[in-house]
Amino acid sequence: MALLGILLFLMIIGAVIAVETRNLLSSIVCLGAIGFLLSIVFLFLGAPDLAITQLVVEILCLVILIRATIHRRVETVAGNREFVGLAVTVVMLAIVLMLAISMMAGFPSLGTSVLDRMAQAPSHFYLLQGKAQTGVTNIVTAILLDFRAYDTLGEATVLFCAVMGALAVLRRSARRRPEEGDAGDEGEGGAE
Amino acid sequence: MSGGTHQGGMSLIVRTVTRWLKAFILLFGIYVVLYGHVSPGGGFAGGVVIACAYILLTLAEGRERTARLLSERLAAVLAVAGLLFFLGVGLAGMVGGRAFLDNFLVGDSGAEPALASGGIIELCEIAIGIIVSMSLFLAFAVLSRFRVSLGDGDETATGEGGAS
Amino acid sequence: MIYGLCLLLIVVGLYGVVTKRNVVKIVISLAIMEYGINLFLVLVGYRTHGTAPILEEGMMPETLVAQSVDPLPQALVLTSIVIGLAVLALMVALCVRLYERYGTFDVTEMKKLKG
Repeated sequence: MALLGILLFLMIIGAVIAVETRNLLSSIVCLGAIGFLLSIVFLFLGAPDLAITQLVVEILCLVILIRATIHRRVETVAGNREFVGLAVTVVMLAIVLMLAISMMAGFPSLGTSVLDRMAQAPSHFYLLQGKAQTGVTNIVTAILLDFRAYDTLGEATVLFCAVMGALAVLRRSARRRPEEGDAGDEGEGGAE
Repeated sequence: MSGGTHQGGMSLIVRTVTRWLKAFILLFGIYVVLYGHVSPGGGFAGGVVIACAYILLTLAEGRERTARLLSERLAAVLAVAGLLFFLGVGLAGMVGGRAFLDNFLVGDSGAEPALASGGIIELCEIAIGIIVSMSLFLAFAVLSRFRVSLGDGDETATGEGGAS
Repeated sequence: MIYGLCLLLIVVGLYGVVTKRNVVKIVISLAIMEYGINLFLVLVGYRTHGTAPILEEGMMPETLVAQSVDPLPQALVLTSIVIGLAVLALMVALCVRLYERYGTFDVTEMKKLKG
C-alpha cells in the first residue's frame, strides 16, 4: 500500500510538472511518465489487462501528441491568466478537492471491494459463471464481450466515430493544401 | 524526428531496425488479439499494438512506402468492415430466436480453454482488433499528412518539406 | 489516503484545464484527468491482496470469487482507456486546425483574433 502511495505521489509530481512547465515537449514527456506509472499501478491493483492496454495506448498517445506539436515552433505561451483570477481558481479548486475528500468519508475503505460487501453483487455472478457460460478464463474478457457485449459494441462505435470526426476535421485543408495555388482559392471560396 | 534526413523517412539505422522488427510487432499484436480470452490482453490492447506497428513503419519509412502496404482507403474500409462484422456477429445470434449478441457458438463449458472455446468472443475480439487498429492508424495517418503539408505552407525555408 | 491522492491527481488536471492558455496544454491536462478517473474506478474494485480475475489451470471459480479483485470496473475502464486515446486524437486534430486557422495555440490570442 505504501508503494501505491509512492507511485501515486510520483504521478502527481509528474502532473504538476506537466501542467506547469513552459516547454510543451517536456510537458508531453511528463504525460508519458504519468501514463507509464499508471500502467505500473494497474499491475499492482491486479489488472494486467489494463496495464497492457495503458502501456500501448500511452506510447501511441505520445507519438500522436509529439507529431502534432514538435515542428510548430512551440512558442512557449507564457504565464497563466491574470493573477486574481488565478488565485480565485486555486481557492475554488482547493474547495472542490476538500469537498471530494469529505465525500470519501462515507466511502468504504480501500481494499474492500463490492465483492466483500454484497453477496448479490453482479461480479459474483461473473466470476462464478464466467468460465461455465462463456468458455473463457479471462473474466474481464468474458464481461467485455459476452455479458456486456452490447456496451462494447457501443464503445467500438464511439471509437470509430471519434476517429471519423478527426478525419472530417482535417480533411478539407488536407485536400486543399497540396495544390496550394489555384485549387486553394477555390476551396477557400467554397468553404466560407 | 530530428534525425529526419531522408525524404519521407528516418535514418538508415532506424529503417533497418524497423524492417526487422515490424513483423514481430505485428505478430505480437495478433497474438494479443487472439489470446485475449485466456491471458491478459484482448482486442483493444492488441489492436493498439497492430496500429503501433504500422505507425512505426510510417515514421521510419515515410508515408508513400507505407501506403503501398496499407493505404488509408483500405484502412478505412477495413475499419468499417470490422464494425459491420461485429454487428453481423451480434445479429447472427438473433437467428434462432435468441437475444442480440447472444453467444451462440459456445461449446461445452468443461473443455480446456482453447482458441475457439469462447464462441463469438473470439470473433468479437478479432472485430475489435480490426476496428481499433485501423481507426487509430487512420487517425495517425491523417494527422501526419497534415503536418507535412502544413510544414510546406507555413515555414517557407524548410528545405525539404517531407522530412520525417 | 490513496483515494485522496487520486482525487488530487484529478484536481491537478482540472487546474490545468481551467488556467492554462495553451490549447495543447489543455489537452494534456484533460488526459491527466482521464488517468485520474480511470485509476479511481479501478481502485473502487480493488481488494487487499487481490489477484487478477483470470482463472488459472485447474482453479475453481469459487476460489476466484474469494481472492480476485472486482472485474467489472476493469472491463469498463479498459474500453475507456482506448476511447480516451481516440478522443485525444480528435482533440489533437482540432488543435492542429486551430493552429492552422489562427497561427497560434494561445486561447486568449484566438479570442482577440476572432475569425
